[in-house]
Amino acid sequence: MLRMQYMWKYKALYFISIPGILFFLLFKYVPLFGTVIAFQNYNLFTGFKGSPWVGLAHFKRMFSHYDFLRILGNTLILGIYDMVFAFTAPIVLALLLNEVRLAFYKKIVQTIIYAPHFLSWVIVSGIFVGVLSPSSGVVNTIIGWFGMEPIYFLGEDSYIRTILVSSGLWRDIGWGTIIYLAALAGINPDLYEAAEMDGASRWRQTLAITLPALLPVITILFLLKIGDFLDYGFERVFVFQNPLNLQNSEILDTYIYKAGLKQMQYSYATAIGLFKSVVGLTLLSIANFMSKKATGESLY
Amino acid sequence: MSRKLFHIFNYSFLTLLGLMMFLPFMNVIAQSLSSAGAIDRGEVMFWPVEFTTRYYEYVFDDVSIWRAFSVTVYITVMGTLINLIMTASLAYPLSRQEYVGRTYILIFVLMTMIFSAPLIPQFILMREVGLVNTLWALMLPTAISAFNLFVLRSFFAQIPHELIDSSRIDGCSELRTLWSIVLPLSKPALATVGIFYSVTNWNKYMDALYYINDVKKYPLQVKLRQMLITDDLTDTGNLAFEAASQSVQGVQMAVILVATIPIIMVYPFLQRYFIKGMMIGSIKS
Repeated sequence: MLRMQYMWKYKALYFISIPGILFFLLFKYVPLFGTVIAFQNYNLFTGFKGSPWVGLAHFKRMFSHYDFLRILGNTLILGIYDMVFAFTAPIVLALLLNEVRLAFYKKIVQTIIYAPHFLSWVIVSGIFVGVLSPSSGVVNTIIGWFGMEPIYFLGEDSYIRTILVSSGLWRDIGWGTIIYLAALAGINPDLYEAAEMDGASRWRQTLAITLPALLPVITILFLLKIGDFLDYGFERVFVFQNPLNLQNSEILDTYIYKAGLKQMQYSYATAIGLFKSVVGLTLLSIANFMSKKATGESLY
Repeated sequence: MSRKLFHIFNYSFLTLLGLMMFLPFMNVIAQSLSSAGAIDRGEVMFWPVEFTTRYYEYVFDDVSIWRAFSVTVYITVMGTLINLIMTASLAYPLSRQEYVGRTYILIFVLMTMIFSAPLIPQFILMREVGLVNTLWALMLPTAISAFNLFVLRSFFAQIPHELIDSSRIDGCSELRTLWSIVLPLSKPALATVGIFYSVTNWNKYMDALYYINDVKKYPLQVKLRQMLITDDLTDTGNLAFEAASQSVQGVQMAVILVATIPIIMVYPFLQRYFIKGMMIGSIKS
């Protein structure tokens, strides 16, 4: 009773929060429950109630489909590449930036390397397509100086993965350093002084002080990344895709778009989407469990 | 000695990296200002060759580019306004001790960061509520980002509660307190979050691809993408486009710059705020 009176006293606070709560209910939770259509033959005109239940038929179809396994493979390979390069590069770069003593130089470098993060993937792809163009691109001009034939980088399956990974690095490597630099700035300088006294080299200090101090941040970011392992990013891949490199560049997200919205196979595309979320969640739980055991750091 | 060697390596490496970030921009600018012949012969590196502004003239004369540009400006201004109002109005109650059950609401929001619905159920919802093919489809479903909500909430929570209590004693209503005490004190946080939101709105492409099929409602990124893939269609492509420009690549580079310049212009303001914003955000997790 007392509680109700208390809440009534601050009714305005509750009132203000209603639109926000409704937003999450409608745009986040309703579609989450809408995922049940993965187990139906969903028909846009008859809706949830009028569509027949088909159990796991769409999942069976998914796994028996030759294309699906190739696409899943592409998604996994790109995910692994990205984990190896895009995850570690900002850590190394932050360590290097941290060694720079000239403040103005550091500031200039940071300003330049953060900037590409704010460009859309459409623009990034435009810049890459321009720079890599076989007839007029700067890269092929330079290749020409060495007497080699121009390469149509985007027109072949063999280059597309490299292009996807390196465009991601180009856009986000600088941005990724921010959080590590913040963690580095928080390390107590006394530690380095003490190590200096004990005769530890800079390299030794990096191994014994800097890296352990970064470990919690690295672990948390790694766990977040694992959860998104199959979410390679629709936009990034889609803007680089063309019929010539499709074999190696089709991933789950672009396939869901094509099968779902273009060919209107609603239930099938939802089943793939659900599969993707479940895999992501499973990976996250496993990694979280292992990390809790090994380092004591965990997301939950 | 090895220390010195490391520094030489480090400075050269970082300079090289900086150049790799910066030179592609220079190349884009140079090509957008060079003659078609020079571009085709591959002579254009980082400085214009046979200077011309014809591609920009073509871009500024194209009605459909202007239309896409104005759609983008509209969703950036209106969308960011909606973002800020919606985010602040949920972040403020969640930052107050008096709001009983705020942990439940926080978990309710956090859950949406872990579990997100696949594309098709989202599309079906948008269709059911009649947002498909309206500009609302680009603004409403992204009204609150959970990350920005947490940033703003942490900032509001730092405001001393004595200040809020005293304004209550002076007879201010909750809304009045929010409007004349809390929001003015939170200008830096609102600026950070607002800038993040406006960059997202400016760059919106995927949502438009999913939900908009009326050419007149295409935002700039979709229009830009269409112009970029014209390259593949040069034999069958737009004849007017060919004749007006003679260099597809030159036009493409000019459009890229038209779509980038607004972001480059806010970048200096942006940089001052986003690092602070990232820090607040990271303390939370």
